[in-house]
Amino acid sequence: MASLKELKDRIKSVKSTQKITKAKQMVAAAKLRKAQAAAEAARPYADRLAGVMGSLASKVSGDSAPLLLRGTGSRQRHLLVVVNTDKGLCGGLNANIVKEAKKQAKALMAEGKDVSFYLVGKKGRAPIKRDYAGQIDAQYDTSEMKNPDFAEAEKIADELVAKFENGEFDVAHLVYPIFKSALAQDPTTTQILPVPAPETAAESDSVVEYEPDEEAILEDLLPRYIKTQLFGALLEREASEQGASMTAMDNATRNAGDLIDKLTIQYNRSRQAAITTELIEIIAGAEAL
Amino acid sequence: MALHFELVTPSKLVRSEDVHMVVVPGAEGEFGVLEGHAPFMSTIRDGAVQVYKTEGGAPEEIEVRGGFAEVGDNGLTVLAEHVED
Repeated sequence: MASLKELKDRIKSVKSTQKITKAKQMVAAAKLRKAQAAAEAARPYADRLAGVMGSLASKVSGDSAPLLLRGTGSRQRHLLVVVNTDKGLCGGLNANIVKEAKKQAKALMAEGKDVSFYLVGKKGRAPIKRDYAGQIDAQYDTSEMKNPDFAEAEKIADELVAKFENGEFDVAHLVYPIFKSALAQDPTTTQILPVPAPETAAESDSVVEYEPDEEAILEDLLPRYIKTQLFGALLEREASEQGASMTAMDNATRNAGDLIDKLTIQYNRSRQAAITTELIEIIAGAEAL
Repeated sequence: MALHFELVTPSKLVRSEDVHMVVVPGAEGEFGVLEGHAPFMSTIRDGAVQVYKTEGGAPEEIEVRGGFAEVGDNGLTVLAEHVED
């Protein structure tokens, strides 16, 4: 049985932990609202761009298509771009993203493909390094960035496109969490390079004039499209991180509360026991006289 | 007689309004868009988009960088990567 003083100290320490988790939860809730608004604000641009891409890509096809659309002609070397968070305290979010990435890597390797990783965010590094130490191609540090920034997405996209044009890989997949709600963030994998041809054929019957020409516009558009996708992934990651963090911290606060209740009962019981013992001693002493 | 004009960046929808005319700095020269313009698509160079709210009025200039303009049935849409506020 722990002494009264030990119990008191224990309660105090759990209480201060609870204060921290509570604060983190409230911060996450506020940030989540902001992140969701940012994700929403980015949607019109992404939608329009995807629409234009679709109608252009169906017009330009075959050998005249730009490299980013056509691909290198082989599907041997795959690059997994894994988007993780920079900070912890967000429950199983990063573990789930890494699990998805490893699943994809295993599936590709089972088909005899070469797989390498491009890691965005700090938290994916250690767990992926553990299994695929030699296959990490590059890491991109986003810890400096407070809010998802288009310039940041631009840098990542430029790096990826440069690698692609140098022939360092054939296909790139983006692994990132999609924010469903504060309770659910689904890690998903989408192909970003070569840009997958949209299935929806252009339904526009009007003759559109292009300036300069279709190919030149498409050439200009494809890198933008990739940037937008990466930016979208960063936004989703931000919202997912805050959502997961809010849920995890809510649980932690509740657990701390339970623990405090349990410890308080234990503390009161031992205090009572001590008083009773003392009384018995006094009475016994008085009777002996 | 109004042209629906939208200016969109990755982080937000900057403008969505009905205006009289917009002059866009196209890659191969500036072009003005009025209502009923034929479908048209062009990349743009860095420069100012001039928005004429009313006929003959003074234009409002918005600096844009990187992007393209699309004229369709539902008006003019300028997608720009950066907009100077």
